[in-house]
Amino acid sequence: MAQAPAIDLIGIEKRFGDVHANQDVTLSVAQGSIHGIVGENGAGKSTLMSILYGFYEADRGSIRINGQSVIIRSPKHAIALGIGMVHQHFMLIDTLSVLDNIMLGAEEGWRLAPASTALRAKLKRIADDYGLAVDPDALIDDLPVGLQQRVEILKALVRDAQILILDEPTAVLTPDEADQLFALLRVLRDEGKTILLITHKLEEIMHVTDHVSVMRRGALIATFETANTSAPELAEAMVGRPVLFDLVKGPSNPGVERLVVDQLSVCDLHGNERVHGVSFTIRAGEILGLAGVSGNGQSDLLEALAGLRAPKAGHIVLDGVDLVTARANPSQRRAMGLLHIPEDRLKMGLVPSFSAAESMILGFQSDEDLGLGPLLDPACVLNFAGDQMRKFDVRPQAPDLKTSKFSGGNQQKLVLAREIEHHPKVLLVGQPTRGVDVGAIEFIHKRLIALRDAGVAILLVSVELSEILSLSDRIIVMCDGVITGERTPQTTHERDLGLLMAGVKDHAA
Amino acid sequence: MSAPIEVPKWADVTLVPALAVILAFLVAGSVVIGIGENPVRASILLVQGAFGSGEGIGYTLYYATNFIFTGLAVAFAFHAGLFNIGGEGQATMGGLGAALICLQFDFLPWYLVLPLAILGAMAMGALWAFIPGYLQVKRGSHVVITTIMFNFLAATLVVYLLVNVIGKPGSMSPETRGFSPSAHMPFMHEALAVLGITIPKSPLNLSFVLALLASYGVWLILWRTRYGYEARTLGANPSAAHYAGISVPRVTMSAMAVSGALAGLLATNEILGVQGRLLLEFSSGYGFIGIAVALMGRAHPVGIFLASILFGALYQGGTELSFEMPLVTRDMIVAISGLVVLFAGALDMVMRRPVAFLFRVFHKEEA
Repeated sequence: MAQAPAIDLIGIEKRFGDVHANQDVTLSVAQGSIHGIVGENGAGKSTLMSILYGFYEADRGSIRINGQSVIIRSPKHAIALGIGMVHQHFMLIDTLSVLDNIMLGAEEGWRLAPASTALRAKLKRIADDYGLAVDPDALIDDLPVGLQQRVEILKALVRDAQILILDEPTAVLTPDEADQLFALLRVLRDEGKTILLITHKLEEIMHVTDHVSVMRRGALIATFETANTSAPELAEAMVGRPVLFDLVKGPSNPGVERLVVDQLSVCDLHGNERVHGVSFTIRAGEILGLAGVSGNGQSDLLEALAGLRAPKAGHIVLDGVDLVTARANPSQRRAMGLLHIPEDRLKMGLVPSFSAAESMILGFQSDEDLGLGPLLDPACVLNFAGDQMRKFDVRPQAPDLKTSKFSGGNQQKLVLAREIEHHPKVLLVGQPTRGVDVGAIEFIHKRLIALRDAGVAILLVSVELSEILSLSDRIIVMCDGVITGERTPQTTHERDLGLLMAGVKDHAA
Repeated sequence: MSAPIEVPKWADVTLVPALAVILAFLVAGSVVIGIGENPVRASILLVQGAFGSGEGIGYTLYYATNFIFTGLAVAFAFHAGLFNIGGEGQATMGGLGAALICLQFDFLPWYLVLPLAILGAMAMGALWAFIPGYLQVKRGSHVVITTIMFNFLAATLVVYLLVNVIGKPGSMSPETRGFSPSAHMPFMHEALAVLGITIPKSPLNLSFVLALLASYGVWLILWRTRYGYEARTLGANPSAAHYAGISVPRVTMSAMAVSGALAGLLATNEILGVQGRLLLEFSSGYGFIGIAVALMGRAHPVGIFLASILFGALYQGGTELSFEMPLVTRDMIVAISGLVVLFAGALDMVMRRPVAFLFRVFHKEEA
């Protein structure tokens, strides 16, 4: 008899009020395989995993783990059944050591010493078995994101997880870190672990999984053997229509120099200089791509340009006006046509606890047509938001709905709609498609190109090289706070950019 | 981590607080049994004391007026992300502001001196909250710490002034002379008598109307003005406020000032309405209970009004109760208020979990 599947989900149903988050989902995952689950934001992937991990109970349906019928009541119960989960947002305490974080919740008894000694030994063993070395005494705060994720994985392995659920694991990783993660996942699979990988990135699915299931609007549409499918086929199944992968983009018509950045140096909040004397220009009607591994000064540069942080030295000249000497604040820069789509939409671009309509006037709360004098007319705000949501096909089209209830892609569309509809001359765009599904990515890219064609000067900051390559008219690469090279998309490729990103200057392209 | 606790909004503002009150009464009831009294009779006496007579209702609303002012003060700052627990000191300073105006100008007719005194109360309350706001913005001293310290500063300052500067000459007690009648906030029974309506006498005065206007004003500012939008943005997401070009120092300091002005208005009820002179400790804890009122009222003016009525009823009904049942002392009533605060504030989540569970169960049965 064949081995029982590691996971059997049979007819899972879950409703939240009017939302049918999972409808009749049946999924079987073989032991010792990597199984991908893809779907647009809000397709029900996270709900399904939350049911498997015991956060929610299904309204109907049953779960079998290794052939045994189980009812999973809590995450604790799930862990006891050998299920481990690595969340997209890490559940770690920054000020504690790796060892303490892993031990948390498994202290066993009131004395810490025996547990920590045993754990130290176990960590050593796991490190040897899987090549998963992390210094147990390092503070989480001091570790790069990739290693923090390892700690999350270790947490599951220490608790003897046989099934590992990873929710959007690469969203925060550099391409290099992502490759290391995939290598690790393969090792784990070869050791007999079962891995469930949730992602929107089709490339990763094709790269690392054995099987892949597609979800759309709460239902499981299809399951493929990865070897027998292709990214376009998966994308079509996800979105329900063919998706354009190659952008149709005409040549650019660069006009006057809109934004001139001259010898700009920027410090972070702790006073360490993160950007060292950077200079570039952006013309009207072109997209300048800024590539780089995240954390190499791009965020600091963006914040300085948007007026959120005073630069240490240098000049930012918008249409002949030096914003640095003029000490223009963010509102004044907005009024001059310098708009900004921030990298982290939930932290900065939106107010999650506000309604979508209220979030859509963020930064424009002083606009005259929103009310008389000091008053803000809720009808005007709702109208404005409703219009934009229609134009940008935000779903659901409910301006009253809390911002946090929208999916990532739709939240991004809210920010995009707000900034684009205020007629930018220069648009700063940070990570426009981070955590956004394929359908929305296509939409966002088309909008940015249309904006370029309408004569807007765009600075695109992204860690996705494919995005930089397909959208930009010119590309500059930043490493450790300096520009290591300038290319055009026609004269470069990912490897070339990768070397520049690693700080190898002026090598032969 | 566990599943988010989701309760429908109507239940969040009605059912959860109601449960808190019921639980507080059950616990308090067991104490009443412990001292050998009948808890059912005690509850009836309490409710009758608060709502059973025109006079009782008048007293209840009079106490509620104080709670509305201090509750609004806490809520306003809270929406801007600031925890102002200095309502006590700001109310004290409000009393000083009102008194200084009255001592100087109470020879003027009422229609001049009363508005001036109200403004004086607001201005001094605002100042006493503005300074902590300023210190937080410019010096990074947290308002929670500074507003507590400012409570003590206000108390000692007023003692000093009453003893050495503005106290009634020749008097042993630390208080000012009585203000002239023109500086007296008319009692409700006086005001309504002018309109030909007779109601029983009570300390309830026109400050109650002022409290209702202030509630409306707070709602209007927070949810219908650009400034309110900026303040709420700062409270909900400081990074987004920075991104939106909202001046964090300006909003912090102004929100503290508005909050302090609201707390200062307590003086209109106590000093202008009832005492007619400045004396020590007239704010007697209203500033602190305002925190519980704001919490229980979900920082919304309507909720604050309802919570204020509840606390007003506890004060008034409790006073009546200790008349009727000498075994139930005034301190017991304080304990009951304390239990309401405990269940409504600190144990709010404890209440919410079973309510959410019930909703889930019923929802499932429907589906």
